[in-house]
Amino acid sequence: MRSLDELFADCRGQRRAALVGYLPAGYPSVDDSARLLSVLIDAGADLVEVGVAYSDPVLDGPTIQAATESALRAGVRLRDVFTVVERVAADGGRAVVMTYYNPVLRYGVRAFARDLAAAGGLGMITPDLIPDEAQEWLAASHEYGLDRIFLVAPSSTEERIARTAAASSGFLYVSSVMGVTGAREKLGPAAAELVGRCRPHTALPIGVGLGVRSGEQAAAVAGFADAVIVGSALVSAAASGEPALRALTEELAAGVRRPVTQPA
Amino acid sequence: MTARANLTVTASTGLSIRSGHEPDEHGHFGRYGGRFVPEALIAALDELAVFYEKARSDPDFLAELDRLQRDYAGRPSPLTDAPKLGEHAGGARLLLKREDLNHTGSHKINNVLGQALLTKRMGKSRVIAETGAGQHGVATATAAALLGLECVVYMGEVDTHRQALNVARMRLLGAEVIPVRTGSRTLKDAINEALRDWVTNVEHTHYLLGTVAGPHPFPVMVRDFHRVIGLEAREQVLARCGRLPSAVAACVGGGSNAIGIFHAFLDDPGVRLVGYEPGGDGVETCRHGATLTKGSPGALHGAMSYLLQDEDGQTQESYSISAGLDYPGVGPEHALLKDLGRADYQPVTDAEAMDAFALLARTEGIIPAIESAHAVAGALRLGRELGPDAIILINLSGRGDKDVNTAAKWFGLVES
Repeated sequence: MRSLDELFADCRGQRRAALVGYLPAGYPSVDDSARLLSVLIDAGADLVEVGVAYSDPVLDGPTIQAATESALRAGVRLRDVFTVVERVAADGGRAVVMTYYNPVLRYGVRAFARDLAAAGGLGMITPDLIPDEAQEWLAASHEYGLDRIFLVAPSSTEERIARTAAASSGFLYVSSVMGVTGAREKLGPAAAELVGRCRPHTALPIGVGLGVRSGEQAAAVAGFADAVIVGSALVSAAASGEPALRALTEELAAGVRRPVTQPA
Repeated sequence: MTARANLTVTASTGLSIRSGHEPDEHGHFGRYGGRFVPEALIAALDELAVFYEKARSDPDFLAELDRLQRDYAGRPSPLTDAPKLGEHAGGARLLLKREDLNHTGSHKINNVLGQALLTKRMGKSRVIAETGAGQHGVATATAAALLGLECVVYMGEVDTHRQALNVARMRLLGAEVIPVRTGSRTLKDAINEALRDWVTNVEHTHYLLGTVAGPHPFPVMVRDFHRVIGLEAREQVLARCGRLPSAVAACVGGGSNAIGIFHAFLDDPGVRLVGYEPGGDGVETCRHGATLTKGSPGALHGAMSYLLQDEDGQTQESYSISAGLDYPGVGPEHALLKDLGRADYQPVTDAEAMDAFALLARTEGIIPAIESAHAVAGALRLGRELGPDAIILINLSGRGDKDVNTAAKWFGLVES
């Protein structure tokens, strides 16, 4: 069993948060992305998000936009994401896919779920799919035993948090700020507040993403969340090469192991 | 004696009287529409839907909208007979709905004034907009100047060159124009950038979307602001001809002017509704923007509709000589009308559109926007098919001042 439930149970046992790292499939090439994701796992990431490059990434900032545009220019295909997930799983890593919805729709939602499960993927994060529109994905993910990771935002009402949490499995993805992906100098109080608002509505682990770039920030987020999700900072590090990626991942992995408890 | 005196409809009629063709409560037109956006935007969309619902039954809001549309924008727009153009259309009677005569030169002002008034009601101080040809950007900058709102317009870098004069107009009106250098650097990328801005600044910013696409409630709200086009035209045609038109012709990019004029005729089964899409170099090539003719269903920019996409669901770049039609998506209600067979959608090539552009200028002394020239070209075809007894209502959605440069190059009218 290498499920997300088991992963979060392990982390709880170790009194630490999980480290979740994102890199897009096909950047800089399909082979290289599989190798870089293995570096993430080897250097301490508990779960990887394999990103699907998409022509219209409305929730991404400049770093991830540039990486996914470059992957598309290099000819990455949707089906390559399964190859990459399979490689991660074969190396003993856990992987979920992070994708905008239209590529999945075009592939066929049920077929995508089937092929993702067959590749050893554990679930899917859907930044532009809300549970209200997700009937097809909910059915397909149940059928193939995949986790459904939906997002909540600082602007979400209590009612929407409850509804989104009820539709989610694996973990609940909290966007720490209003805005697009990208490393930020400082994380405001919105993330901790939002996690606090989510807790009464769900027993699911809560992951916090958008903006984390350092071990110090990871430790701070680990003080109130069950997973620290890092994307743009890892993409930037990957662009500088494998040693930089390994170093940042190790720093982040150390951060999630020394959660800084917030003053009450 | 004037058209104005005889009309029973005003701009607010499209809001206060429901059309009988409403989406479900989540904004679905059949399988199309809905909300395919980040959760972060849902609260703002819900807020907008609530304010819009309140506004459509608020006498003060409706009166203010009517006052601005009449005294500021110049509504109602006239209906012009085009007999000499009709000689080239099999002798059919062609009637032009003159949205080109509105303030700022196109139908876009109908929607913009409505949304700008709503922005004030929501207590927001900043509007952002996307623009292709610049018509929606100019209209938004105009309404922002009038109502004292900060205005930022995103425009694909390619379009800022194609429509340099409109960039200057927006800046004159006090708007900030931001050239978008990502993706294909055209309208679709301008929308992406506007959505990113909105996600970040949604607390004090309204996204003043310019067409009947995007997440609910935009397709229904923008449509309602434009329904006045068809509501006026239907009464004008009946008064002048004593019967309904045989067909209504409009160009379709995102589809706002087309839905605005089609809607009043949806329950008139004898009236054919035809939307003309940008055929570019021809739909057998890859250089066109004929979304409904050549696309397939998918989710783009917040709604399920037809779109031009490859087999991996990546949006394909569209092409048209007309920047305002150069968009790989289309409003969800058009997708439904196509599937229902209530409206037809046909491509018109660049060359056909430019021929119609020149013909309308020479025969009637009206230089249309190249967008609207697609509708004129379609009506010429339709007239030859329907014959001299036909009455064809054409939505002349915009004027061609902005396109004189393009036309001069196309026809070789300037010394090089």
